[in-house]
Amino acid sequence: MNTLTVNQRALELDADATTPLLWVLRDHLGLTGTKFGCGRALCGACTVHVDGAPMRSCTLPLSAVLGRSITTVEGLSPDRSHPVQRAWIEIDVPQCGYCQSGQIMSAVALLAKNAAPSDADIDAAMAGNICRCGTYARIRAAVHRAAELMKPPSSSP
Amino acid sequence: MSAEHAALLARREFLSRTAAWGGGLVVALTLPGCAPRPAAKAGAPAAAAAGGEVNAWLKIAGDDTITIIVDRSEMGQGVYTSLPMLLAEELEVPIAKFQIVAAPVGDVYINQGNGGQITGTSNSVQDAWDKLRLAGAQARVRLIAAGAQVWGVAPETCRVDQGQVVSAQGQRLTYGQLAAAAALLPIPKDVKLKPAAGFRLIGRSLPRLDTPAKVDGSAEFGIDVKLPGMLYAAIAQCPVLGGVPRQVDSERAERMPGVRKVLTAPGGVVVVAEHFWQALQARNALQITWNEAANAALDNAKIDRLLTATLESTPGLSARADGDAARALQTAHRRLDEIYVLPLLAHATMEPMNCTADVKADACDLHVGTQVQQMAQAAAAEAAGIPAANVRVHTTLLGGGFGRRLDIDFIPAAVVASKAVGAPVKLIWTREDDMTHDYYRPPAYLRLRGGLDASAKLDAWSFHTTSPSITARFAPSATDPFDSVLEGVANFPYDVPNVAVNYSRQEIGIGVGYMRSVSHAINCFGVESFMDELAVAAGKNPYDFRLELLDKKPRHRQVLQAVAARAGWGRPAAGHHQGIALMEGYLTHVALIAEISVESGTLKVHKIFCAVDCGQMVNPKIVASQIEGGIVFGLSSALWGEVTVRGGRVQQTNFDTYRVLRSNELPQIDVQLITSGEPPGGIGEPAVALVAPAIGNAIFAATGKRIRSLPFNRTLKT
Repeated sequence: MNTLTVNQRALELDADATTPLLWVLRDHLGLTGTKFGCGRALCGACTVHVDGAPMRSCTLPLSAVLGRSITTVEGLSPDRSHPVQRAWIEIDVPQCGYCQSGQIMSAVALLAKNAAPSDADIDAAMAGNICRCGTYARIRAAVHRAAELMKPPSSSP
Repeated sequence: MSAEHAALLARREFLSRTAAWGGGLVVALTLPGCAPRPAAKAGAPAAAAAGGEVNAWLKIAGDDTITIIVDRSEMGQGVYTSLPMLLAEELEVPIAKFQIVAAPVGDVYINQGNGGQITGTSNSVQDAWDKLRLAGAQARVRLIAAGAQVWGVAPETCRVDQGQVVSAQGQRLTYGQLAAAAALLPIPKDVKLKPAAGFRLIGRSLPRLDTPAKVDGSAEFGIDVKLPGMLYAAIAQCPVLGGVPRQVDSERAERMPGVRKVLTAPGGVVVVAEHFWQALQARNALQITWNEAANAALDNAKIDRLLTATLESTPGLSARADGDAARALQTAHRRLDEIYVLPLLAHATMEPMNCTADVKADACDLHVGTQVQQMAQAAAAEAAGIPAANVRVHTTLLGGGFGRRLDIDFIPAAVVASKAVGAPVKLIWTREDDMTHDYYRPPAYLRLRGGLDASAKLDAWSFHTTSPSITARFAPSATDPFDSVLEGVANFPYDVPNVAVNYSRQEIGIGVGYMRSVSHAINCFGVESFMDELAVAAGKNPYDFRLELLDKKPRHRQVLQAVAARAGWGRPAAGHHQGIALMEGYLTHVALIAEISVESGTLKVHKIFCAVDCGQMVNPKIVASQIEGGIVFGLSSALWGEVTVRGGRVQQTNFDTYRVLRSNELPQIDVQLITSGEPPGGIGEPAVALVAPAIGNAIFAATGKRIRSLPFNRTLKT
């Protein structure tokens, strides 16, 4: 049995160690919020955090993440209260919504490194996440809004 | 109200009654305890009643939970919000707590504009506009009548207030308390719908109801369906389009971990396994000899030869002939004659095609993101060998549609596989499967001719297109020989005395499909680029040239003037150049200005301005997001979109070889929504079509080079 920590829970699973993390999450653990888009780390729909860093789970074999801590979109908050989720809801970012788990995970990772990203910072950090519906402008606005929501109260003027 | 309209409403009333009383159409959605109950006796509050199905689109539970049954597929365009808003407007309830359920297959859910239970043609709101407001109004009247019955008063003395019926004495009963009784009352006739001035919801940018589930991973797309005992499947399809397996060696695949079965099914060879990754690995281990059939020698050069030969050798079927264009062209003072070329395109929805089927002895549950519930049902029934009525279609959210999910080619294999293994099977296509086995947007050759008279006025205009037919494949029984192929041309808006529009159908050996904006996106590139060429030939500003020909088209004029004012037409930023384009489609009028630069042969799109008159808006925020999204879609197509074929194989396989716009390539987009009292028009598709011609016209302004084929990032360099 392989052990994997997902959303702060240690889980045992029977998947072969060569299985990409994406399919372990989706098929073995039932965490279908992480999406299959391309299978080659080209579209970002499968983005999760591995020890806090955004990674494309579709090309990441299970063997590479054993013993590491995985966070998926389901693990951001129990109630959509993560500032990025709140910003996404406030701005009504999604259209079809399929790419949005990956977009959100990339945005959360960006904001963890850069609390006040510029438009250019956002575009650069999010360029690996394709949205065919064309929600990019609202994604940018929502990242700015999430940055505001994440500001500690004391830092407000 | 016209007689025709009255007849339509009467039919709807009949359908509504059938749904409410017959029960069969919505039975799949009936929860235990929610079936209609006998009316409560007068004087006895109906609190014990457990609610009811008020009509085919509305179910109110005893606890006041309101469920709206939406009969169009949600693929990002917002129907899970905009359609409930229409019903809620007349029901007089807030929408925030609505439960949304996808409609099952049922005649009552047919989209009158499409002739089937079809989400397409950007007409969901048009179709629902009267239907759902009437459904809401009739429900309200029946709920009032049920309340009046309880209190023994005249219905006219009662009113509604936020989900409750209120008597003149101030007594209150909730909709949930009255729904069961209301469902048994006759459908009222002559219900008056609110005038626009009375709208409380329609026209407001209410939050989308589907957003919360799309930010925490809980939204269920087809690919996310989970059923007890479900197995997974991958499919091997012939790399040559249209080919079929001749010989399959599955020995090695069958020995691989988790593999349950390998079988030949419609479309290819299917591997069923315990997990998808296992199925995919085993699929890749199959040794298949294909019968490549007729397309083994197909390539782009052959497609081009087929289309050009037909364009040159046939006059085509005449779809429009005002005056005598041929003669006027002959006698024109100045004549232009150009050919525009459009490539094959792939839909590339973010969610690859997939379908989950659960075939039992004489029934099938189909869980699928589809735009065509009836066709999905029929395809599954045929594959399972059972009557269509025994197939229950559960429509999930669609991870993008764009017309790709109007086709059902990925459904039969899932059904056959489920039947073969006696368990639910989820069949998933890889991105490569999806991109190399699409029904592609048709290629087209467009010949445009124009004649200016001695005063440089446009006197003759002729359009001849050669393209394969989508509809001939999609709906072989359709009788209109022009199907959708002349969208954006048959309605050529400019005031020109001599106009000819012709179509020569030429098949190319591979199936083509409807793609967002369909033929508008093909034809507008020719029509609006050529208008620019004519303006240049006439020595006029392209904006003035168009405006002068639109005296009889006030809505076209309005969007053109609006976008020019907003964009500062004629005053681009230093080093930037502008191009303009105009269209009417789906009852919507759109004008667009692109502001670009070309530096050392490299095109950069800086800004897109778009003015939209789509008639009455239901939710302006959704309208704006659809227009923005359409522009992004149009940018991907215009800048990079091209599917090429060699040896019958599509050469683009994934997002590295089929490039689409990314966030760091997004221009500034400005959408201007024009308030209008005209009937609601479509918003999902129109803007797509204008991006390519506006950019092409701007490239001409920047470089003096007229680009007549797409995509620009290839053709600008050749």
